Amino acid sequence: MDIYLLEAVINGLLLGGVLALLALGLNLIFGVVDVVWIAYADLVMCGMYMVYWLHVWGWPLWAACAAAVAGVAVLGLLVHLLIIAPVLRAPPINQLLATGGLLFFLQSFATLLFGTDFRNIGVRLPIIEMGDIYISFARLLAFGFALVGATVLYVFLKRTYLGVAIRAISQDREIMGLMGVDQRRVYLVTSMIGGALAGLGGCLLVLQYDVHPFLGNTFGPLIFMICVLGGLGNMIGGFIASFIISQIISIGGYYYSTEWAYVLAFTLFIVLMFIRPRGILAR
Amino acid sequence: MLSLAAVSAGYGSFRALFDVSLEVEAGEAVGVIGPNGAGKTTMMRVISGLVPLVSGAMTFDGRPLAGLSAHRIVERGIAHVPENRRLFPRLTVEDNLRIGAFIAPARARIAERMAWVYDLFPRLKERREQLAGTLSGGEQQMCAIGRALMSGPKLLLMDEPSAGLAPLVVQQVFDLVRRIRAEGLTVLIVEQNVQQVLEVVDRAYLLEVGRIHLAGSAAELKDNDLIRRSYMGL
Repeated sequence: MDIYLLEAVINGLLLGGVLALLALGLNLIFGVVDVVWIAYADLVMCGMYMVYWLHVWGWPLWAACAAAVAGVAVLGLLVHLLIIAPVLRAPPINQLLATGGLLFFLQSFATLLFGTDFRNIGVRLPIIEMGDIYISFARLLAFGFALVGATVLYVFLKRTYLGVAIRAISQDREIMGLMGVDQRRVYLVTSMIGGALAGLGGCLLVLQYDVHPFLGNTFGPLIFMICVLGGLGNMIGGFIASFIISQIISIGGYYYSTEWAYVLAFTLFIVLMFIRPRGILAR
Repeated sequence: MLSLAAVSAGYGSFRALFDVSLEVEAGEAVGVIGPNGAGKTTMMRVISGLVPLVSGAMTFDGRPLAGLSAHRIVERGIAHVPENRRLFPRLTVEDNLRIGAFIAPARARIAERMAWVYDLFPRLKERREQLAGTLSGGEQQMCAIGRALMSGPKLLLMDEPSAGLAPLVVQQVFDLVRRIRAEGLTVLIVEQNVQQVLEVVDRAYLLEVGRIHLAGSAAELKDNDLIRRSYMGL
């Protein structure tokens, strides 16, 4: 087998892990709160800036990352309280506009604070050599932490009362009160978890990419496409779709160029939307 | 135990209940009978806080209920088995039961309650790992009742437990109601199956077009001409 192709497959797999983590977060929020956070990738950008600045100010990387996860979790809580909660019963188009407005707000605010410079955290992680294959340690780390994050979420959803409530709420919203569940609390906790996942995604991406205010414009549509491909709100579907899309991007990038790979990915997305409009794992 | 005094309620500008007064004493089983669209389900939803009351008063154990949100009412000790069961179809039977024990005092005693529910409904124990949506109608009704029992209620509200079930299964459901009564629970049950429900309750009310038209002991209502003619086809 072509060794460079193998390298592309491995890189695709590693990228897929981070995308899967972010898709989980967006799907979780959509499944529970029934609102699509268009600005989700911009929360990732906020997380990247948090890690970047805390690290520049001399915090050790692990502490900066922990603070960013907590910080974006709080940001997720605020997004729900200030933006989502007031439009919870509004028509979907208003909810879309509200979270879309948040996207522009976050991007402009980041521009105002930090300018449009591309900033690199400057942490140099080693490149691992396996025979003739080179794998970036940062990507491997990102993949590992993404899997750990997804596993922790899975255990939380399976084993805790709140986790069962989160899985139940999309199946019958109205009846939750009769179970003694306070919906508002479930929404808040979900928004915090979604924020924490975005924060973790930010930590993992800042090790691989430069951060700039418009980073969300690259990842946002990609994550959204993955979630729709997997079926909005379907976490397993989103997980699988992440790896499909990341492989197309990575292998396509190897044969042609990254730009063409994105064209390919979005074309496949459109075709699949005609074939399976409710997602690859539609029930 | 539960007292409704001149309760009126509805949805938006539509009024479904007018001056409904009703009492349930501790240990009793009380039925509310009446035709489709009489407001029976609305009354249950008002009690459990899903529909706000417009006027009137509602107390449980002497404390007012009106204005509390649904999850607080569960904490007070009222559990509601909703119309059409409303299980979470893509959760397992056991997860459906677990979510019934969401409130803090119930979590503390979940193992004991789960054993109690499985003891009452051994069929649920056999099906514990199965998705609730794959259960038969009768099993789903067991699961819905079990889920309500998990919160450790003092009063159980049952909304049309026999609806949509085969005649043989209907008989089983009323047997379930008897077993729950035997466990010492107070039950308020809404039914269209008048003949059967009057066999398991102590007293009943007749609700028609949002108003209480008749009240009496089960024996009295069984002999009432209006009930016999309109609801039992005798």
